[in-house]
Amino acid sequence: MITIQTNKEEDFYIIKVSGDVDASSSIHLDNKIGEIIKIEKKILVDCNDLQYISSAGLGVFMSYIHEMEEGEIKMVLFGLGNNVKNVFHILGLDQLINMVETKEDAKNLVDAI
Amino acid sequence: MATSGLMLTFSQSNDIPTGIPIFLPFLSFIIFFISLYVFYHYHLGRLKNANLQDLLWKVFVTGLIATILSFGLKLFEFLFRNHKVGENSLFINFIYFLNLGLILAFLISTFVVWERFIFYQKSKRLIYSWRFFIYLLLISLFLIFLQLRYDDPAFYIFIGISFLSSIYFSVNLKWVPYLNYRQKWKSILLFLLILTYLGYFLSQIKSYSNDVLVLDLFVNITTLSISLFVIVYGITSVLVLLFNLPTSSVFDKKLEEIINLQRLSQSRNTGKNKEEVYEILLESSVSAVMADAAWLDIDQPGIPETKQLRYKIKKEDILDVQEHIPKGKIKKLLSTDPVKNLKTNRYIASIRDYKYRSILVFPIFIQNDSLGTLNLLKEISDGFNDEMIDIIGTFINQASISIENFNLIDAAIENERYIKELNIAKTVQRNLLPAVLEKSDFFDIIGFSESADEVGGDYYDIFKLNEDKTIIIIGDVSGKGTSAAFHMSQLKGIFHSLVQLQLTPKDFLIYANNALAKGLDKNSFITAAYYIIDRKTGTIEFSRAGHCPTLYYDESKNIANYFYGIGLGLGIIRNNEFYRYVNIDKIKYNPKDILVLFTDGITEARNNNQEEFGYDRLKNLIIENAALTPVEIKDAIVQAMYSFCGTNAPEDDSTLIIIKFNENRT
Repeated sequence: MITIQTNKEEDFYIIKVSGDVDASSSIHLDNKIGEIIKIEKKILVDCNDLQYISSAGLGVFMSYIHEMEEGEIKMVLFGLGNNVKNVFHILGLDQLINMVETKEDAKNLVDAI
Repeated sequence: MATSGLMLTFSQSNDIPTGIPIFLPFLSFIIFFISLYVFYHYHLGRLKNANLQDLLWKVFVTGLIATILSFGLKLFEFLFRNHKVGENSLFINFIYFLNLGLILAFLISTFVVWERFIFYQKSKRLIYSWRFFIYLLLISLFLIFLQLRYDDPAFYIFIGISFLSSIYFSVNLKWVPYLNYRQKWKSILLFLLILTYLGYFLSQIKSYSNDVLVLDLFVNITTLSISLFVIVYGITSVLVLLFNLPTSSVFDKKLEEIINLQRLSQSRNTGKNKEEVYEILLESSVSAVMADAAWLDIDQPGIPETKQLRYKIKKEDILDVQEHIPKGKIKKLLSTDPVKNLKTNRYIASIRDYKYRSILVFPIFIQNDSLGTLNLLKEISDGFNDEMIDIIGTFINQASISIENFNLIDAAIENERYIKELNIAKTVQRNLLPAVLEKSDFFDIIGFSESADEVGGDYYDIFKLNEDKTIIIIGDVSGKGTSAAFHMSQLKGIFHSLVQLQLTPKDFLIYANNALAKGLDKNSFITAAYYIIDRKTGTIEFSRAGHCPTLYYDESKNIANYFYGIGLGLGIIRNNEFYRYVNIDKIKYNPKDILVLFTDGITEARNNNQEEFGYDRLKNLIIENAALTPVEIKDAIVQAMYSFCGTNAPEDDSTLIIIKFNENRT
């Protein structure tokens, strides 16, 4: 089960992902992010309630690395639990995607990129 | 009977005692009577499958023959009219007896057929009462010895009882409704002819004056009772048939509807196709409501245009009708659907200023999918009553069920095909993994792999490069199922091409990443770890591309550790920057040390509380079971994982490889 809520704070677009991101629910996440990056540049992903992410879920974030590197979008993940963080770490995605603890850090980081 | 009767006549007319007792002709009459009944009963009993029409026809023919014979006798009598013989009482009596024989044969055959008619639908009570009637007749037959005359009260009582019984049995006319209109007319005609014969015979027999006859065998209770019964039943049948004539078309219609319904529901069994179901639906509906014209719009998947089946209407006229509908009045929306949308609702509408005056429109649905619309037209206004709507509803339901059955069976066949193909894929994919992991003389190895779906995305392989070096790879394709299995086969191809080049683990992963960059979907990646076990140096050299860390058990210290090191999944970066993200690790191994390779299906296996099996459990299990053989260690871990998950089905493919080094290191 996954729930995706979005809201805007200042010029940051915040996507809150809750629950499990597995093979089937990752499609919703992919669609949402795909939709948003067309109109928004500063994206924060709130992972405080993200319980589990499967390899398909990681694939979603992975597919935007190219856009992030090109500077087309700025995306920062924050509030990842240890389990989830470990999954990103093992795959090595933490080397390519920005992850911080709090929303404030995330905002600062996005502005700094 | 005739002989003894004649002898009696002869003796009486000549006043010569014959020595024949009076009871002899009576007895022979009784025997004749009973044998006729038995004969016809037996004869008709053999015709079990004869329908009532045939039986009626038989009676008619019997009557015809009897009448012709009777005419013959009359002619015979006429010829001898002026002759001496013609006035001879012996001759007259002889003719009388022959006539009597004919009429009795006809009467009894008719009686037996009527009996069959009455028993068209049997009931226990009917059988008992009929048996009573037969016994009564049998008893009355023996009363002939008493020679009761008209004026005897007993005579009247018996005749009265028979008359009442005849009326009682005459209500058993259940065969009537089953005849169609034509059959009813035919039956009426036959009944009338049979009754005419009977009337003729009775008048014939009456014409013999009692004075001439030495013995009037006709006037007895039994014959009169049977005649009464035959006449009463015959008259009631004719009347009931007449009264049933106007409604017989309704009955015919209902029967036709049932047959049509059956055709609709059995279409699958009779090898028909969907088109034929629609044709039967249109045909049946038209005949059920007596529509003057009709058409059926059939939706075609993926095409906006509908296919049209038309009955007595041209394509142009349909457009005209559709134009006229909004001008007329929607009489009645027939569904409970709160959305009053004409497209999804059944309705009756009146049409103004057009040759058709009313239309019944019925959309056809399977659940929420529209199949089409049935349109029935009539030249009269208000041409559709509630019964018609009901029967059309039933037809449409049955047709939808038939169509749905077709769809379901098609889907089932398709599904069956997919399952077969998936099984092939499963076999192919299973064959991509080594059947057994080749043991080396300095280590033991055992592998375990299980897919969450039919086909999985985990990969492992072993390659003996030379006497000293063995290479092992483990990989996990992101996602699962068929697409994962395809990517996994790519990895196998890459492994077997590159492994012979004797690359370092890091270089292998860089080349693999380059190769996969061209072959993977945008969202897919593969994690892998590559190990070179070198007996000469006693080392394990390995690199990790985003794969689960290597678990290593050091026997001398009795500890187990995960080797993380940096790494990045294959296919995540698809340019030449990848080398930045790979490292080489090196372990010196000793006898009894254990190398554990696995995919995240093991550590991320979850129980019902959504807890993960985790790295710590795996590590502790290795330490606990380190003294065992690789097979036993593997079994212990797999067992522990399953009991941890409980009823929770595995979500991901899981692979586990245990390598235990032995003393043979030189």
